[in-house]
Amino acid sequence: MDLAAVIVVETVYIIASLVLISAGLAIVFGMMKVINLAHGEFMMMGGYATITAVHLGVNIYVAMLVIAPLVVGLIGLVVERLVIRYLYGRLVDTMLATWGLSLFFVGGVTMIFGNTTTGISTPIAGVSVGDYQINGYNFFIIIVAALLVLAIWLVLKGTRIGLIARGTMQRADMADALGYSPDRIYMATFFAGSAISGLAGAVLAPLVGLVPSSGGNYIAKAFITVIAGGPSVIAGLLSSSTIFGVVNQFFTFAISPVFGEVALLVAAVILLRLLPQGITSRFFRGKM
Amino acid sequence: MRDFSIQRLVISLAIAAVVMLLLPLGMNTFVLTPLLIYGLLGMSLGLIWGFGGILCFGQAAFFGLGAYVYAISAINIGESTFPMLLAILIPAVFAAILGAMMFYGRLGDVYLGVITLVVTLIFFKFMNSTAGPEYVIGTARLGGFNGIPGFQTLNVPGMADEYIYGDSLYYVTFVILVLVYWLVNGLLQSPFGRIAIAIRENEQRASLMGYDIRARKTTLFAIGGAIAGLAGALYANWAEIVTPGLFSLGQTAEIIIWCIVGGLGTRLGPILGAAGLGYLKFLLGQQAFLDNAIVMGLILVLFVLFLPKGLIPAIEDIWSLSVGKRRRRRPARRRKRRALSNG
Repeated sequence: MDLAAVIVVETVYIIASLVLISAGLAIVFGMMKVINLAHGEFMMMGGYATITAVHLGVNIYVAMLVIAPLVVGLIGLVVERLVIRYLYGRLVDTMLATWGLSLFFVGGVTMIFGNTTTGISTPIAGVSVGDYQINGYNFFIIIVAALLVLAIWLVLKGTRIGLIARGTMQRADMADALGYSPDRIYMATFFAGSAISGLAGAVLAPLVGLVPSSGGNYIAKAFITVIAGGPSVIAGLLSSSTIFGVVNQFFTFAISPVFGEVALLVAAVILLRLLPQGITSRFFRGKM
Repeated sequence: MRDFSIQRLVISLAIAAVVMLLLPLGMNTFVLTPLLIYGLLGMSLGLIWGFGGILCFGQAAFFGLGAYVYAISAINIGESTFPMLLAILIPAVFAAILGAMMFYGRLGDVYLGVITLVVTLIFFKFMNSTAGPEYVIGTARLGGFNGIPGFQTLNVPGMADEYIYGDSLYYVTFVILVLVYWLVNGLLQSPFGRIAIAIRENEQRASLMGYDIRARKTTLFAIGGAIAGLAGALYANWAEIVTPGLFSLGQTAEIIIWCIVGGLGTRLGPILGAAGLGYLKFLLGQQAFLDNAIVMGLILVLFVLFLPKGLIPAIEDIWSLSVGKRRRRRPARRRKRRALSNG
């Protein structure tokens, strides 16, 4: 019974962390059709921003939830203005350019912080369930992921800004004709996507030892979760995170953590072969 | 068969021979050999991406697979001829299976990129986790993060004690590079190559003309895998160790950068791009101020933004603008005059 509870919490936690890892990319790809291969590096920089802020004496929650998203969002803004805005509509070129950016950021962070592992301890103590101990921070991640998805949904569905953004993504020319500048809306959307990546990186930072090349661990998972999710931002994100999370946990408990990771990747390949346009192209159609 | 003649063959072989003999005068052959291997690897992606239109994010998977297959079979067999053949064959078969899965599923560009990238990562993660003694193939331990050292390196076929290393490995690699270059050249001028280019230009039109796109793309992909596997085996011989780093994302990114910088859709571009950037990386490795990744990343971004066709086509453009202009101007003027006199 205790073991079952632990497994359930762990599975929900894996799903939540997949949602967190992929949310920023889902917005940028799902809405703007830009594949940002520097996404993992955005998360890595969010982690470094948090750690630097904490070392400077800022409260850890302020550092994670306010400073990191702002810093990474601003970096994203600069990147969008300098590089990505010239490449809208050229999917492969944006992939290559953002891959270049990712190498650039890895190199830059290595030069500033050095190629060593840094980290901070988790601010929440463990929770005992019978004979087992669960990391209390896992609950925090689950809550943040749930709130994040809710917030994205509310903004996109309930506010005028969300309506304008969705309209622009469908027909940029019509939005332009109605007096909204697509250029600015793309800029704002990319800022929001980067900020969410920064937030995710910051929230996950206490769990991992951070090195400049940490981004590589995130990018593949984020990439396949978003692509497998398909055209709908939120439904796709939730459905593919759930599938991959369950597959990962099943093989992790059945064999070993490495096999869990490998099984996740194999599942992604099979899923993409069966549903090349993503899950939401077949199921949950027309949902957000 | 337009460009293919005995004269051209002789001239290019002569150039290749001169380059092969001159290069070691300026540089150490230990530095030169990997540059040639990178050239071979760049050519493999240049072939399938530049001429087949298949953007593969996982060329490093075939490279690493070739290296691992060579190392494992060389430990088990102890003589290098058969392992070399295996290191070409197994990546080719693997590429054929993977390619068939993707092309018969009619996956689009982006999805193809994701799947090849993910396959590379699977290899990387799996190889990193094989440190334990239970991961053994024959007598070869996979060794996890530390890789496999101490296998039989290249020897003269049939004579296991006559090792090919140092200078002679350089010459062998150069001859292999030229040989493969000519095979690729011949392939591109054959009907198969021409149709591959037609598929790159317009897949739908080519399929409406009755060509089986899926089979042709799969074959081309397998050929690319074979060349990458050969490059991997040579690399294993040069480095005398194989590690999971061969499967890393950085390795895959570099191959793509070589092709972009050298020029897609040219035969020489990816080779020169690979060798040139490989040398740049070697030079950057000798100083501690600038990180390697910053320079490589900047190069990729700047090329995508400002010179997306790559260096070789850009040089050709400048050449034809400065030299070709003078030749072309006269007939144009004559036509204009005629038009004036008519009017």
